[in-house]
Amino acid sequence: MVNDPIHQFRIFNLAGPWHIFGQDIAFTNSNLFMGIIVFVIVGFLLLASAKKAIVPGRLQSVGEMWYGLIHNMVENVLGEEGAPFFPLVFTLFSFVFVANMLGMVPYFFTVTSHAIVTITMALFVVGLVVVVGLWKHGLGWFKLFVPSGVPLLILPFISLIEIISFLSRPVSLGLRLFGNMLAGHIVLKVFAGFVVSLTAIGIGGWFGALAPMFMAVALTALEFLVAALQAFVFAILTCVYLNDALHTHH
Amino acid sequence: MDANAAKLIGAGIACLGMGGAGIGVGLIFGNYLSGALRNPAAAGAQFTNALIGAALAEGLGIFSLVVALILLFVK
Repeated sequence: MVNDPIHQFRIFNLAGPWHIFGQDIAFTNSNLFMGIIVFVIVGFLLLASAKKAIVPGRLQSVGEMWYGLIHNMVENVLGEEGAPFFPLVFTLFSFVFVANMLGMVPYFFTVTSHAIVTITMALFVVGLVVVVGLWKHGLGWFKLFVPSGVPLLILPFISLIEIISFLSRPVSLGLRLFGNMLAGHIVLKVFAGFVVSLTAIGIGGWFGALAPMFMAVALTALEFLVAALQAFVFAILTCVYLNDALHTHH
Repeated sequence: MDANAAKLIGAGIACLGMGGAGIGVGLIFGNYLSGALRNPAAAGAQFTNALIGAALAEGLGIFSLVVALILLFVK
């Protein structure tokens, strides 16, 4: 067993590479877990909505709370015009939440701990913001970068800064989720490694190893919180960025 | 100084950035608590905003941790 903290992130092929359109495409462990995430989400929602009781039981309550959380978020941030974006925000939140939570299971692979996954999702969100903004407002959408009440002399510099800060959104959105997942799992493995190396010393080390073990327990609790919180933050930032497309406040 | 030693020192310096993140998150929750003690009825409605602000502030500390991890583990 390899016990360095990076080995958990490696991607390996499960079904051999096929040469399609000049690219080598394979089915990897990352793909497998993405499929598992979809099955978990769909399966849970089907189970939760099986008995359509007026007074919900426990399972149906969880499904309703999950739906209600995202529905309230979309309604509060985007208003009435935001309703068409509810399926997207629900999908993003559910995928990120289940991906993060599945990564907490020992020996499972954390899909969102790879920057390519998170930055792709963030690029999609910001690309959607640009497309929807231009679709809805035409070229007037660029007024987003020209705030009102700014003296004409410094307006070009302010606009440049606004554009740069807009372009940093996909980077920060993707990197936030990626960094949290990567750092969390590396820290967990590092403390687990401390336990192993302390127990190897001898009977004194067995008692000393209790300290990193309790730290690992506390960190696991923190990682569960961070997993849920980062999914929520990804969803609500998606809503906030979409608000910039729908309602160009200047 | 060879490159590997410089990388390790750089990783240690990059971790100093997380101090700012700790201060930022503490500021947000400290302000939330002092506001909640003054107006407990309005506290629940703003807890969501406090969590969002804390995640955004912590994100910047995580970026500096990512720099440190890249320096440590990318050959």
